[in-house]
Amino acid sequence: MPAKAKEFAAESASPAYGEAPGVAISIRALGHAYGELQTIESLDLHIPAHGVLGLVGPSGCGKSTLLELVAGLQEPERGEVALGDGVDSRARLARCAFMPQRDMLLPWLSAIDNAALALRNRGVHRAAARREAGLLFDRFGLAGFERARPAELSGGMRQRVAFLRTLVAGKPVLALDEPFASLDAITRAEMQEWLAGALAADPRTVVLVTHDVEEALYLCDNVAVLSARPARVVDELNAPEPRAANRDAAVTDPEFVSARERAMQALRGGTK
Amino acid sequence: MRRWVLPALLLAGLVGAWQVAASTGALADLLNLKPILVPSPAEIAESLWDSRSLLAENAWVTLKEMLLGFGCALIAGIGFAVAMHLSETLHRAFYPPIVASQAIPILAIAPILVVWFGYGMGPKLWIVALVCFFPIAVNTLDGLRSVDPEAMKMMRTLDASRPQILWRVEAPTALPFAFSGAKVAAGITGIAAVFGEWAGAESGLGVLIHLDSSQFETARLFAEVTLVAVMALVLFGLLALAERYIVTWR
Repeated sequence: MPAKAKEFAAESASPAYGEAPGVAISIRALGHAYGELQTIESLDLHIPAHGVLGLVGPSGCGKSTLLELVAGLQEPERGEVALGDGVDSRARLARCAFMPQRDMLLPWLSAIDNAALALRNRGVHRAAARREAGLLFDRFGLAGFERARPAELSGGMRQRVAFLRTLVAGKPVLALDEPFASLDAITRAEMQEWLAGALAADPRTVVLVTHDVEEALYLCDNVAVLSARPARVVDELNAPEPRAANRDAAVTDPEFVSARERAMQALRGGTK
Repeated sequence: MRRWVLPALLLAGLVGAWQVAASTGALADLLNLKPILVPSPAEIAESLWDSRSLLAENAWVTLKEMLLGFGCALIAGIGFAVAMHLSETLHRAFYPPIVASQAIPILAIAPILVVWFGYGMGPKLWIVALVCFFPIAVNTLDGLRSVDPEAMKMMRTLDASRPQILWRVEAPTALPFAFSGAKVAAGITGIAAVFGEWAGAESGLGVLIHLDSSQFETARLFAEVTLVAVMALVLFGLLALAERYIVTWR
């Protein structure tokens, strides 16, 4: 976890939102096909409770399918995906919140109502749901934008609201599908720092799919490099610890640079 | 307001030109007709005023047919669209007959409907509703189907039930589509009501149009046609206004 994120966590006086008990993820001998196409082949991965695993791999290698399997949106053909003691898709759905690639904010709802969607779906009254989601707006730098419609927000802010929506669901596991792919480089770097802080303040078990090796190494504890389809793990790296106070310092650290080189090599090897 | 200026000027120009051409007799000469057959806008307005109580009485009948028929089509159209969206079986069963219903020559079946349901309101409602149903149902269904699958996945992991996804995501997505369909339908309610009355009715603007055209009451005929068009346009305008207040996110 980056040092800055730890500061952030220490600073925030209020207790972590939802305080979900940690849930470990274990993926065993997972195989999945999309029609005739074998997308995942005997995959084994383990993520401890509150661990953050990054998945990097070439385009179309089945990362998104893997994420949907974790989230319980699909049932695997072979092998097993378990979130804690939850094995079937219903149990996984109950334990995991999914953040899609595009923010998918509903344009007819205000930012706060978007963030409170999960609470509303569970039957919480509008005022109570807004109050609960509002606490997070203050903590995560969105105060004053509660009433704004998504169209009035910048790309970075939309992404924050989308992440809060995932967080407010109060699930122990978060499945994030390239959350910052649509942002410009500067905003993306800001958002990575912001996400590191948010996860430090409110730890969850996270699976993060990304194209960006640097992003994975900065945000995650472990990074699994996947091969081209059918996806299997080519290399698994531990992110360098401890990471520097800010992102720029962290990513230029020699240890970080060598980890990035190793991941890139694994990625190139897996594409062949 | 600015976007009203151009069409208003165009309309004023056309009416003005028509007034000049008709009142000088130039238009009648050109068409080689008696001047009585080519009324000027002023004569039409005069006849509108002179026959105001007759026209108002009959316009009310036609307006009721238009509004009730449209209302039935709205409820049925949206109801069928939602049912077909939720059930693939219903979609397979109903979609082809609904498309086929659009191919029915309404003018041809109108007399049969009158034979079945009598001279009252019934057959006119059926005709207006049949004509309006298709654009509303098809547009609403398209809207419901246009929801991004990623949004559905997101909602499922946020513990949404099927009705909640329908209410919170699919319905708002489909709303602008439903409005488009309803506006198309509103524009043709007047035509449908007049057709319905032609097949057999005792009152209504369609009945008057029929009478006046056979008696060469051309000025009042134009007044009646104008009233039908204005009623349909007002319905269209009200829908457009409602859309602007409800669909605020576009």
